Amino acid sequence: MSEGRGASRWLIPLAVVPVLILLAYGFRTNPRDIPSPLIGKPAAPFTLRAFDGAALSLEALRGRVVVLNFWASWCYPACYEEAPALERGWQAYKDRGIALIGVNIQDKEEPAKKFLGQFGHTFPNAPDPAGRVSVDYGVYGVPETFFIDRAGRVRFKHVGAITDAIFKGNVETLLAEKA
Amino acid sequence: MSAAHASRALVLAGLACLLALSAKAATVDENTVREIAAELRCVVCQSLSVADSPSETAHQMREIVRERLAAGDTPEQVKAYFVEKYGLWILLSPPRQGFNLLVWVLPFAALGAGIVLVGVLVRRWSRRPRAAAPGPSPVDEATRARISREIAEMDR
Amino acid sequence: MTYVPEIGYAATVAALVLAAYGSAASAVGAATGRPALRRSSERAAVGVFALVTCCMLLLIYAFLTFDFSVRYVATNTNRGTPFYYRITAVWGALEGSIILWTWMLSIYTLVAVAQYRRRHPEFYPWVLSVMLGIAGFFLLVMTIPAPPFERLSPIPLDGRGLNPLLEDSGMITHPVALYLGFTGFTVPFAFAMGALITGRAGDEWITITRRWTIVAWYFLSLGLLIGGWWSYHVLGWGGYWAWDPVENAAFMPWLTGTALLHSVMIQERRRMLKLWNLTLIILTFGLTLFGTFLTRSGIIGSVHAFSQGSVGQFFLGFLALVLLGAFSLMAWRFDRLRGQGELDSVVSRESAFLLNNVFLLAATFTVFFGTVFPLLSEAVRGAKVSVGAPFFNLVNIPVFLALLFLMGVGPLIAWRRASADNLRRNFLAPVLAGILAAGVLRALGVGNTLVLLCMGLVVFVSATIALDFYRAARARRRSGDGWLGATGGLLLRQNRRYGGFIVHLGILVVALGVAGSQAWSVQTETTLERGQSMELAGYKVRFDRLHGAEESNHFKVIGTFTVENGRGPLAVLSPAKKFYPQEQTPIAAVDYRLGFLEDLYVVLGDFAQDGSHATIKVQVNRMVSWLWIGGLVLTLGALLAILPDRRRPA
Repeated sequence: MSEGRGASRWLIPLAVVPVLILLAYGFRTNPRDIPSPLIGKPAAPFTLRAFDGAALSLEALRGRVVVLNFWASWCYPACYEEAPALERGWQAYKDRGIALIGVNIQDKEEPAKKFLGQFGHTFPNAPDPAGRVSVDYGVYGVPETFFIDRAGRVRFKHVGAITDAIFKGNVETLLAEKA
Repeated sequence: MSAAHASRALVLAGLACLLALSAKAATVDENTVREIAAELRCVVCQSLSVADSPSETAHQMREIVRERLAAGDTPEQVKAYFVEKYGLWILLSPPRQGFNLLVWVLPFAALGAGIVLVGVLVRRWSRRPRAAAPGPSPVDEATRARISREIAEMDR
Repeated sequence: MTYVPEIGYAATVAALVLAAYGSAASAVGAATGRPALRRSSERAAVGVFALVTCCMLLLIYAFLTFDFSVRYVATNTNRGTPFYYRITAVWGALEGSIILWTWMLSIYTLVAVAQYRRRHPEFYPWVLSVMLGIAGFFLLVMTIPAPPFERLSPIPLDGRGLNPLLEDSGMITHPVALYLGFTGFTVPFAFAMGALITGRAGDEWITITRRWTIVAWYFLSLGLLIGGWWSYHVLGWGGYWAWDPVENAAFMPWLTGTALLHSVMIQERRRMLKLWNLTLIILTFGLTLFGTFLTRSGIIGSVHAFSQGSVGQFFLGFLALVLLGAFSLMAWRFDRLRGQGELDSVVSRESAFLLNNVFLLAATFTVFFGTVFPLLSEAVRGAKVSVGAPFFNLVNIPVFLALLFLMGVGPLIAWRRASADNLRRNFLAPVLAGILAAGVLRALGVGNTLVLLCMGLVVFVSATIALDFYRAARARRRSGDGWLGATGGLLLRQNRRYGGFIVHLGILVVALGVAGSQAWSVQTETTLERGQSMELAGYKVRFDRLHGAEESNHFKVIGTFTVENGRGPLAVLSPAKKFYPQEQTPIAAVDYRLGFLEDLYVVLGDFAQDGSHATIKVQVNRMVSWLWIGGLVLTLGALLAILPDRRRPA
């Protein structure tokens, strides 16, 4: 056949290249890392009853920086790693106008209380028995932590164990803003 | 009927209406719940739908669907709620708009293109001029008939 | 203190060196015409097999003796893991699965050596070179990114334990069958490379390709079916196929393999489509590599995903090498291999087979595109989307229905040119039968259009098969056999054709199972108090009690439920929730009562600690058993078709 025809046959191997490039791109992404659509939107209101009986609601905390942490007693090792960091963050900032609430999801009361006892959390923790709050915040795994500003908007979401540095960084940023 | 009777009857009738209304609001078609749940992705189990997944999260999500339907939301609104909270990936198949149309359209386009291609090729190949027919063979009629019968038998 | 890690690692490296040498030697020997190099490479292949077998045995030994100095053993078993599962745990995770793959590759290489060393002198050295090269790649993976013999220090007292979902009989058969299927495609691929390099794809190549493709296809079908069975009875969701990315990755080579099986017949008859068949075989082998890449790279989340690390990059690199190399070879040999396409008529078996290929490839494209689309969406728009069952079902169902129709048309329509007479004789009655069946079902109350269409097509295809059997058996009877002898004779003498019919029958049964289970299954979820019952589809399920049991490596909470139907007690089902110390959430253990037409399936959900109430999901799954029956029939047909062709002269 003619020469022009000769060149077009190389289209066959070339056609494979875009697919390979796409697959290679896949290495840079993490399928479990899903951006939250809630960032910048008003945080969903919630009313919870803490393990010690106190009533907690988002409305009552308007004006403060709210850190909402979702955890479970079976979430090993991440929740166990971040628990001390949360307590430290609470101790450092509780007098500076933040509220830290731990929400226990997909769990039973006994193991949850055992978890709390192990770490001696002094900030309020509440169970979310029907999962309403976790779905309201688009939670798809534990642990997840949301940082809500004084105006009640979700500003940051952190998936995975939180560290002192991240806690401090986000809280400081939000504290610096006026209500 | 005396006034007392009438007013009691009215109250009873009113109560009955209320009961009927609340019962209606509370019964949700389980099929609708399943249909909606089948289009939502279970967030903890990868490829399963909320309808299929045995996990606790999925159970809770089904409850939320049920609750919302009972409160009067349409199926579209229920799905929109989940999309608002989780993003588009909560839907088990992408909505048919924008870039996502590509995944819906391309397979059918490929199928169509394939059929057309085969059609063109088959046409072209069956129109090739065939070699000149061979001259009359020295085989006699009876043998030829037997041969074509056996070939027909083999070809099946 | 054992030296298992060191010995194993040494064996791996030695095997790698031998494979690399063998591959190079055979290629050089073929190119320069020195048979001594080829023989040396054969010895290398034997050496590779011996060394990889050593590795397998060593790993099994380490598992059986709780040798936690090997990190792989410590991660995948603990002192409570039952004996049986300690052996299957060998291939339960990434590194072990690569050893299994490599071991099978080395076996297939030896089989190829034994079968072909004397018969195909032109191809054979290239085949050997390619197979050893591929084995070498997997050995490279075993050496660098995923070494199974890594030492763990300090040696822990107990291991982590096997993934509880893998503690099942499916673990011994599913990966083995699947991998025998995947690796089986290496041989026809190697022959395809031989054909491209030597520029010849003649008769022997067709026969070899066909034979090996059926073998690999048989094992792949078995693996897929067992996977479906495992999903059904272990995962607790009552389904057998979820269009999970890794399920898709195993399904795609099956689809292209099926296309190849059919189009190779056109090449046999009409000497056409050589390039297309070569493309199909390269695609099929490439898809098997794509499957392992997907499972191990972590780029798409999946229930099967093993782990990340640099394994994924190795596989992508190899996939790139294979595809670019093979297709470049094809481009180079394009003119040498293109045939004269010549068909007698549009209405012919050739056309039916070509259409078969189009539909199968369209399905493959759909599955592939749907699987990678989330990645594409993220790459192009930065938006994550999901592509799941609703998409795949919607797009694939019409394609599969069309394939069902072709299954009835293909085997009976004439080669070359189908006359109107031929069409009438073969198809009028079956078409009428199909329409009649659909009408009857409609009258009986079946409303679902897709089900009606599926049933009608199934009857149509069954009628064509029955018609062919009848006519052919009747023809044989003329020479004196009884009906049974005639049918038996058909199956044995024309085993390719009639084996193929049995495979088609198996597919029909599977199709019925899929249609029935999707359309007619029901389920519900309730919470029951002790002694309370619930009803579904004529079954009454009563919650009796809850009790706990301690097993060797987990704690089980078992719910006891008595099942009755209208006529009295049927069974006692005991679904459970298993709590493994190394797992974060409990694993549901379903209990079920299988039946020919329907299965009763009970999953235990939430429960009160004091056993006062329990939440259960009850399903009545209809026609699911037909999937397994159909699968069995299919595999029997494939076995029959693999048998040596008795009709050919010796």
